Amino acid sequence: MAGLSSEDVEAFGLTLRLAATVTLLLLVIGAPLAWWLARTRSGLKPLIAAVVALPLVLPPTVLGFYLLLLLGPHGAVGQLMSRLGLSLLPFTFGGLVVGSVLYSLPFVVQPLQNAFEAIGEGPLEAAACLRAGPIDCFWSIAIPVALPGVVTAAVLGFAHTVGEFGVVLMIGGNIPGQTRVLSMRIYDHVEAGEYAQAHILSICLLAFSFVALLAMTLLRPRLRANG
Amino acid sequence: MTLIFRCLAVLAIAFTPAVSHAAPNGPMTIAAAADLHEAMDQVVASYRRDHPATTINVVYGSSGVLTTQIEQGAPLDLFFSADSEYPRQLIAHGDAGGQPLPYAVGHMVLWSASLDMHGVRLMDLVQPRFGRIAIANPEHAPYGKRAEQALRRAGVWDAVAPRLVYGENIAQTAEFASTGNAQVGIIALSLALRPQMKGGYAPVPDSAFDPLVQSFVLTKRGADNDVARDFARYVQTSPARAILAHYGFSPPTGEP
Repeated sequence: MAGLSSEDVEAFGLTLRLAATVTLLLLVIGAPLAWWLARTRSGLKPLIAAVVALPLVLPPTVLGFYLLLLLGPHGAVGQLMSRLGLSLLPFTFGGLVVGSVLYSLPFVVQPLQNAFEAIGEGPLEAAACLRAGPIDCFWSIAIPVALPGVVTAAVLGFAHTVGEFGVVLMIGGNIPGQTRVLSMRIYDHVEAGEYAQAHILSICLLAFSFVALLAMTLLRPRLRANG
Repeated sequence: MTLIFRCLAVLAIAFTPAVSHAAPNGPMTIAAAADLHEAMDQVVASYRRDHPATTINVVYGSSGVLTTQIEQGAPLDLFFSADSEYPRQLIAHGDAGGQPLPYAVGHMVLWSASLDMHGVRLMDLVQPRFGRIAIANPEHAPYGKRAEQALRRAGVWDAVAPRLVYGENIAQTAEFASTGNAQVGIIALSLALRPQMKGGYAPVPDSAFDPLVQSFVLTKRGADNDVARDFARYVQTSPARAILAHYGFSPPTGEP
């Protein structure tokens, strides 16, 4: 009875692949965005910051509902995609990636922004005096100094994506190997009365989340010392 | 320290639910299978016209989900399943407060928002033009179980399986189809007959799957609720049957 079925293992692999893809994308998108938010004096800053933070307070079902409409065949994005000859995103791995990136955005941008703000003007002005351009400053000062923040952002983004349920429920379609992630699998097991299987997967997630957060707290001071 | 305890005591009192045993017009909560969306609302509205003092809440979900919730002690008084197996399971586990009674027989349709479904049969679904096909999750939704069964019996399960998307319950399955995200949905006739479903459908022959004889049962908690018992009686009267018939349900025949 107990033991992981091949479907459970598949859901595991899929979840890790999703979280890894989303984390990578979020760091690429989130770092420039956080840098801009940390440095800008633009009047747009509060507006952009609020939009980035929206997923923190919005029920995932709201995000999932609008994504389903927007990405679907009658939605603006969906129609644009089919005009470009691309396949529609709902019920695909790509759709989950898009949903998860939006959903986990604040969990990556906010730690990065805090870390960038903590650098202060001093080191960057010194670098500017040595004729470092803004891009050079970003790579040789901001990223190394803010490394603990980058690690926090990556761990939070990864863990948050692993734990996602509401958005997946709305736009996933529960397809094995495509969109049937661990949280969906656990839900199905519970609702089918298969508590033993639900327990195994749930304990794995619990252990994973704990280890991720523990590693983050242990790693941070070490990174700061090296930085 | 005493201040903290005092605060906790106040909180404990604030959150203690008022104990009410079988208040004559007390609130009653119905757990209804997702295929009863709208139909059950109408039956409740019709009942309340004669009993305006009653408070009746309805929660919808897949029959499997609702069964699990009732078994875990959810405050639900009357359970309308989309089949007869889940009510029987409640009895077997000692969570029911009476015998299940059939109240309707459900039907299935192939529904699409965009395609002409006239004369479309299950075996036609292998054609790529039908794109993504939404069915309810067979693990805990009776309509999903029947959809899988019908596709298997038509010999097309393996061919269409890669194109299936699974709704959490039959109402979400209908939503996948009505938003056009799935080209076809194998859904309940009762949902297809709702006015907001702008599309066409072809019936799935009843012989293609085990009959969807839908039963209801009082929960252990509901057995003490006068409104629940009275509503259970009302569902079997002709005004209630007429509403269910309006949503495409057949009257129950035979035993559950």
